[in-house]
Amino acid sequence: MEFRENEAIYLQIAAYVGEHIVLGKWPLDQKIPSVRDLAVELQVNPNTVVRAYEFLQNKEVITNKRGIGFFIAADAEKKIKEYSKERFLGNALPEFFKNMYLLDISMKEIEERFEQFKAEHYHQN
Amino acid sequence: MIEISNLTFGYSKKKLLFKNLNLKLQMGHIYGLLGKNGAGKSTLLKNLAGLVFPLEGQCKLKGYRAADRLPGFLQELFFIPEEIYLPGTSAVQFAQSTAHFYPKFDEGQYFRMLAEFDVPQTSILSKLSFGQQKKVMIAFGLATNTTLLIMDEPTNGLDIPSKAKFRRIIAGALTEERCIIISTHQIRDLDSLIDSLLIVHEQEIVLNKSLDEIAERIYFGSSALLDKEMVLYEEPHRIGLNTMSVNHNEVFSKVDMELLFSAVISDHKSVINHLN
Repeated sequence: MEFRENEAIYLQIAAYVGEHIVLGKWPLDQKIPSVRDLAVELQVNPNTVVRAYEFLQNKEVITNKRGIGFFIAADAEKKIKEYSKERFLGNALPEFFKNMYLLDISMKEIEERFEQFKAEHYHQN
Repeated sequence: MIEISNLTFGYSKKKLLFKNLNLKLQMGHIYGLLGKNGAGKSTLLKNLAGLVFPLEGQCKLKGYRAADRLPGFLQELFFIPEEIYLPGTSAVQFAQSTAHFYPKFDEGQYFRMLAEFDVPQTSILSKLSFGQQKKVMIAFGLATNTTLLIMDEPTNGLDIPSKAKFRRIIAGALTEERCIIISTHQIRDLDSLIDSLLIVHEQEIVLNKSLDEIAERIYFGSSALLDKEMVLYEEPHRIGLNTMSVNHNEVFSKVDMELLFSAVISDHKSVINHLN
């Protein structure tokens, strides 16, 4: 896995796990990869995966069944969406605002384009 | 635990490399040891391994003094130096003649790692290329399962696919019962593996911190729009500035070890002070 420069690796791993859950790549009733297996797969320090799993436990995305392993929590998708929103608002949005400010783009212009974007891509919903 | 206390060392008494050096290392971690050429990285590792003797102070591993070189110490330590010399035997024969010095040696693990590294078990080791020899040593060293594994520039000589395999193998080999120290200049080869950073500079260990602790205190960014007062260090980059600034907002960036190292060795005391 290639890691980006601007965010801690454990958060990028947590996002990777979240993506796998949302896309249904891991069956809901089975345990997810162990710390060691994921560390080997991603070529990272197991302690970093431990931290990512702790983070996901705190966000109630996964649960730890002692002695068995980690499982996907019941409403994991909802929880993932919640913290992905936090992550977007904390990371991508400030960068977006910075460009808006530097390029002198008004909120009105953004709004118009956002409506247009939704119409083009999500009009069936 | 590994403990260095009041270590003073120099190859001659007139020119000391370390003076009153203290350091504690914990199990279950991979330490990255950084320092300029000639700063004493390899010498520090040799002190830990009992290959040289301190003028004062000591290095201890599991209660054993390194300089005593007792069997109980030696079976808990494996050292992979930068330059290696292997005998004219095969990987299998090498394990047969050497593995019994290491009670926790795992033969299955050794052969699995050799297979993953694509090193033939029956070729004569001394006739293999440098990179292949290095991989044999890495596989053997990891399979000894010693408490302390020291690697000096392990990725030197490894080709591109072998570096990825090296990362995978190390990721799978770290346990709560072992400590791995990697000395390197090729920090980008290893930056997702190292969890704690040691920097040797001017006779001292100026930094011994986990990357998590560093990321909590310092934000690594490339934005020129940061609050200038918060910037601890900056360096021109191809497309702007790489900056290190005080982490106020609890945003966890990825630690740029090269940038941190440059800041520390160019005597930016503010960075060290902020971390300690």
